[in-house]
Amino acid sequence: MADWVEACAVDDVEEEDVIRFDHGGRTFAIYRSPDDEFFATDGFCTHEKAHLADGLVMDDIIECPKHNGRFNYKTGQAKGAPVCVNLQTYPVKVEAGKVMIQIG
Amino acid sequence: MAGKVKRDYSLVGESTRIAIETGLASAEWYHTDVPRKTMKELMQRSDSPAIRDTVIWLGAILVSAAGGVYFWGTWWCVPFFFAYGVLYASASDSRWHECGHGTAFRTRWMNDVVYQIASFMLMRNPVTWRWSHARHHTDTIIVGRDAEIAVMRPPDLLRTALAFTGILDFRYSLPALVRQAFGKLTPDEKSYVPEMEQHKAVIAARWHIAIYIATIALALTMQSWVPLVLIGVPRLYGTWHMVMTGLLQHIGLADNVVDHRLNTRTVYMNPISRFIYWNMNYHVEHHMFPMVPYHALPRLHELIKHDLPEPNPSIWHAYREVWPVLLRQLKYEDYFLKRELPPTARPYRGEFHEVNMSAAAE
Repeated sequence: MADWVEACAVDDVEEEDVIRFDHGGRTFAIYRSPDDEFFATDGFCTHEKAHLADGLVMDDIIECPKHNGRFNYKTGQAKGAPVCVNLQTYPVKVEAGKVMIQIG
Repeated sequence: MAGKVKRDYSLVGESTRIAIETGLASAEWYHTDVPRKTMKELMQRSDSPAIRDTVIWLGAILVSAAGGVYFWGTWWCVPFFFAYGVLYASASDSRWHECGHGTAFRTRWMNDVVYQIASFMLMRNPVTWRWSHARHHTDTIIVGRDAEIAVMRPPDLLRTALAFTGILDFRYSLPALVRQAFGKLTPDEKSYVPEMEQHKAVIAARWHIAIYIATIALALTMQSWVPLVLIGVPRLYGTWHMVMTGLLQHIGLADNVVDHRLNTRTVYMNPISRFIYWNMNYHVEHHMFPMVPYHALPRLHELIKHDLPEPNPSIWHAYREVWPVLLRQLKYEDYFLKRELPPTARPYRGEFHEVNMSAAAE
């Protein structure tokens, strides 16, 4: 059974932005979309080891800071070269002002 | 003496093995500290500056081409083709570069369209070069890893001089497109283009070759040089500006380091060159933060210049600095120019690289 883990407070993430969350030796990225929804993906780009939390969120896209590879952070879909492998996404819920992610 | 070690610039050779084993490949690079909020502002995308600049660029191409054709057969066509050549064969390089990063426009398809047009003007396969440039950013001037090291050591001065004429594009780039059009990629290309993308490189090469064949057919039909002077041949007479500005990015500086302040150069340039080059003269800044669009690079430069070597004040100054380094490298290929940091900068950090500073120019 996958666990729900508290990743951050709602206010820790600005709208249309991303932060890094480390847990259990793994790194995740927590996103807040322009329409105030929260999402979570693996924290590293699937192309090369770069922290997506240093990248740029535009609408439903996260752009990697190293080679500008783009993913849809809501679905994890890779949007073209230089990223070819989709991102792993994780279920997210907000409870009492906390962002929780379900880690498998 | 370290100078006896010969560099192997193949991407599948001995230097590659050493770069991987020593951790130089895909390493962690030095970055100047910039607050997230500030960086977010600098990274913001906008269509407006690039649409404005692209309209000016393509408009100037059309006007200069029209003037050249109108005055064809007289000396009056020369200044028009001079401008056309630079716009076609040099300004396309910075458009290719910026749109390849996806930072010129906010809208993705606009980046893609300009990227494809510019790739054609440059005789570059848009697929292989996209991947080679990603590698260039991962492993900037790491011997055996970086596919875009313009001047290798010891420097081949004749080849470097010929690059200004664009003739090397007809010697290397065009045959490469023909080879790729026949479905053949080199081991080096296969080392940085993922297998799932390689067929796209072949298709792109076939399109480019098809356009060149159509241009030659048109020239034969018209019994005129004009189609060739407008498509393809501009690489011969318009590449010089691209090479003049682009060579300065890394030439004469350290290799096999993981601090862009040591291997990359920022040069102040005149406004015309900066328009042609789309602010890539702020090259240390670009390599440290490739997410920042060209129009925000001057702002980024102001923000982090306290942590960077003093920029060269002009193109001329930079070449005067580089020339003696190249001459010295002919005999002693480990020699390089060590860029001095201002007192306000964080020092070069030993844990980020092991560079033989004894080989550096003081």
